[in-house]
Amino acid sequence: MEIAVRNIKAVTKRELVAYFTSPIAYVIIVIFLLVSTGFSFWVGDLWDFGDASLTWTFFFFLPWFFVVLAPAVGMRLWADEHRQGTIELMLTMPIHPWHAIVGKFLASSVVWAIALLLTWPIVWTVQYLGDPDMGPILSGYLGAFLFASSCVAISMAISAFTRSQITCLLISVAVCLGLTLLGYPQIVDQFMKMLPANVVDGIADLSLMSHFLDMTKGVLVFRDILYFLSVIVVSLLVTNIAIRAKRA
Amino acid sequence: MSGSLRTPASDRRPKNYEMISVQNLTKRFGTKLAVNDISFQVGVGEVLGFLGPNGAGKSTTMRMITGYFEPTAGHVSIDGINMSDEPSRAKEKIGYLPENAPLYDDMTVLSFLKFAADLRGLSGSAKTTAVDKALETCFLKPVRNQSIDTLSKGYRHRTCLAQSIIHDPEILILDEPTDGLDPNQKAEVRNLIRRLGETRTIIFSTHILEEVEAACTRAIIIDKGKIVADGTPEELKTKAVDAGAIEVRIDAPSSAAAVEAELGKLASAKRVSSKNLGEEGGAFTGCVIPKGKEKAGKLASEIFELCMSKGFSLTELHQNPGRLDDVFRAITRTGE
Ligand SMILES: Nc1ncnc2c1ncn2[C@@H]1O[C@H](COP(=O)(O)OP(=O)(O)OP(=O)(O)O)[C@@H](O)[C@H]1O
Ligand SMILES: [Mg+2]
Repeated sequence: MEIAVRNIKAVTKRELVAYFTSPIAYVIIVIFLLVSTGFSFWVGDLWDFGDASLTWTFFFFLPWFFVVLAPAVGMRLWADEHRQGTIELMLTMPIHPWHAIVGKFLASSVVWAIALLLTWPIVWTVQYLGDPDMGPILSGYLGAFLFASSCVAISMAISAFTRSQITCLLISVAVCLGLTLLGYPQIVDQFMKMLPANVVDGIADLSLMSHFLDMTKGVLVFRDILYFLSVIVVSLLVTNIAIRAKRA
Repeated sequence: MSGSLRTPASDRRPKNYEMISVQNLTKRFGTKLAVNDISFQVGVGEVLGFLGPNGAGKSTTMRMITGYFEPTAGHVSIDGINMSDEPSRAKEKIGYLPENAPLYDDMTVLSFLKFAADLRGLSGSAKTTAVDKALETCFLKPVRNQSIDTLSKGYRHRTCLAQSIIHDPEILILDEPTDGLDPNQKAEVRNLIRRLGETRTIIFSTHILEEVEAACTRAIIIDKGKIVADGTPEELKTKAVDAGAIEVRIDAPSSAAAVEAELGKLASAKRVSSKNLGEEGGAFTGCVIPKGKEKAGKLASEIFELCMSKGFSLTELHQNPGRLDDVFRAITRTGE
């Protein structure tokens, strides 16, 4: 156990240094801050909305940015290892492949934790404007972090199959977008016309979006957290399968 | 390469202790059989050279020994530890330089070696010492803070080599360790291999046959996934077709053809092959192949006596020791 922690820490540290010595992390964080705050002021009408909760003025837009930007963080994780051949070094070190997988995932979710923390001024803004209920805001942030982490985990799993970052980016965006749209009201309505209601409910339940919206409304349901965690765990398992397949 | 390395535990093991044992190892990629039922053992203090044409299966075999590839069949055991059962324990004992020296381009030489040390479980002052020693051994001090993506090919190779010796392993698996190095560095790496090989177990692959003679205690030639020869470089050399042939240069008053005819009549001579190209007066240059390698000595004295009695002057006489690249070509060209 101690050894696992040590190895995971070493891998996480390396990946974080890699993110922040290249422009990639800065570029993604800056773009994310610009679009997320920009949308909430101009599109979300933060000033005039009157409602001091951030559900519709801020959180509502985030999934669309995550869907594009999170795969850009995750795409290099294994694609680069394959392209550079360093996966051969990594996997002949006395560490378990899980240590590398978890370490890499943690590094990319730390990037998102930093990005989200940097949006905190928007909370000060609503506190200045009114008297917001902090419960939904905190659970919304947790939801946003889990959403971003899920997208990163999905793109990491896809990157384990390819040596090309751009291929990984495109497929990951498509998969994350698909998983988000599944719960979107218009899409759900379309399904309703074709499929029985319980099937539609099941499909909508798979959506990242509906679980996220629940959390931004302050309905901090254990079920939603469990959902995001299981998306992450499944992605990590798929990553492990992809890596094993390359070696077998 | 400089720098002293501590004596590993393997030093206390008997000389013939089997550090690496490979049994019936097979690797199949789809329908392609890359490694076909290979078995061999390597003992402490052995430096094993892996030879073979491109695509023979050398790298694939090394990848299975280091635990990167899962064998399709067969197994590998490292110091008695089965690689498939306890991969982490087995990998701890190995230092590995993969083919083409893969590296993280976004790191500096120093941070890369520190990362390698972390994964090897080194920390604190042990880590600092190990990194320093590896930098020194591979002459990387001047580029320690340089980003890896700006290194020249030779320095990249040395950085990856440094990574493989950072934990002072008992076993070294080096896939073409001198590839891309300048002649001085090639010699340094050979010296390093020889020096480390005294107390450790080393397998390295190469396409440079002089390297095998310079550094190996044993060589294995692989072709099409099979071992086709296994022995000391000297043993392998005697398998050359003209190994043991007596090469001579004889000046005679008569013609070279007459000398050739006389040589052919000697009791122990099987065949004479002339290297005379055109008219060179009475000088014969060529070699005499004995009837069996054990007859070589007798043949030499017969040639000497012949020259004495006929009044030829023998200006050169030596035995061909056999050349490794002749053996290599002869063995690996069959059935092409
Ligand atoms: N991952 C892989 N997938 C499919 N085929 C492979 C793979 N790796 C190696 N091979 C095939 O296995 C065979 C042996 O390759 P290997 O790299 O072991 O040769 P080698 O002896 O190291 O050659 P070289 O001297 O060129 O380095 C080759 O035919 C190669 O194409
Ligand atoms: Mg090779």
